[in-house]
Amino acid sequence: MADSGAVLHEQFDDLAQQHSAVTLGMWAFLATEVLFFGGLILSYVVYRHAYPHEFQFASHQLSVKLGTLNTAVLLCSSLSMALAVHAAQFGARKRLVFFLIVTMALGATFLTIKGFEWRTDWVDGFVPGSHFSFVSHTPRVDARKVELFFCLYFVMTGLHGLHMLIGIALLGFLTVHASRGKYSSGNFAPIELTGLYWHFVDIVWIFLFPLLYLIGNHAA
Amino acid sequence: MATHIVPLRTYILVWVALMILLALTVALDSLDLGWGNTVVAMTIAVVKALLVACFFMHLYYGEKLTRVFAAAGIFWLFIMITLALCDFTTR
Repeated sequence: MADSGAVLHEQFDDLAQQHSAVTLGMWAFLATEVLFFGGLILSYVVYRHAYPHEFQFASHQLSVKLGTLNTAVLLCSSLSMALAVHAAQFGARKRLVFFLIVTMALGATFLTIKGFEWRTDWVDGFVPGSHFSFVSHTPRVDARKVELFFCLYFVMTGLHGLHMLIGIALLGFLTVHASRGKYSSGNFAPIELTGLYWHFVDIVWIFLFPLLYLIGNHAA
Repeated sequence: MATHIVPLRTYILVWVALMILLALTVALDSLDLGWGNTVVAMTIAVVKALLVACFFMHLYYGEKLTRVFAAAGIFWLFIMITLALCDFTTR
């Protein structure tokens, strides 16, 4: 291991223990993130249970096509991130930089598509607040409750988007360091941990997509 | 070796499975199953999340303690949602 560029910090017995510790620390952070998004998902579940018609109506205003496309983009970015970690494990610098850049580009693509969706929501008057201009024409659908769905939609997708932005920034940092040859087959913990973060953000979207876009009964 | 090296083939297969599940969940959404739509969509989401966590995030190859930490996050989420719904669904 001595020639692999690994650095053993003094508080650890060996590299294996050091690796276990950093991985465990990242998973502890991700567990707090589960509850961070979990609170939002809980409020979503409570209000969807209370106002099923409005939530279904509001969900049908979103573009399933764009949502599906974005999910596919994010799943591809996760594959690319996994391939970046794989490259790092072999100390393959060019391959690592390539897949980091691909992951960043796919992340940016996701945010661009999301931005177009948000723009459409704004133009259609679905952004909650003073600009909200949806008027219901049926007694089954209360506009205030549609607004509630969009509050949750914007906070959930906004917070997820913020996580994506942070992820892209981290990947940018890693790309610069990777291209300077800072990582090696024995020293790539930052790549691995950022990978865990990136996949976690992907998992959050895996749940947001059906919750927000696929409420069902699209014929109604 | 400190980390398990997952074969490239595994990553590609997991990605193919994820894309198929995505197509499946979108296709099933066009059927009218009432609340069944939500059950189907969430089941597929759980399977997709497990695939990402086990293989992309190496949980399948990881140490037991790491899996305990991952499970703890889900367990506390389960407590929060279950207890809250015991209230809201029985009013």
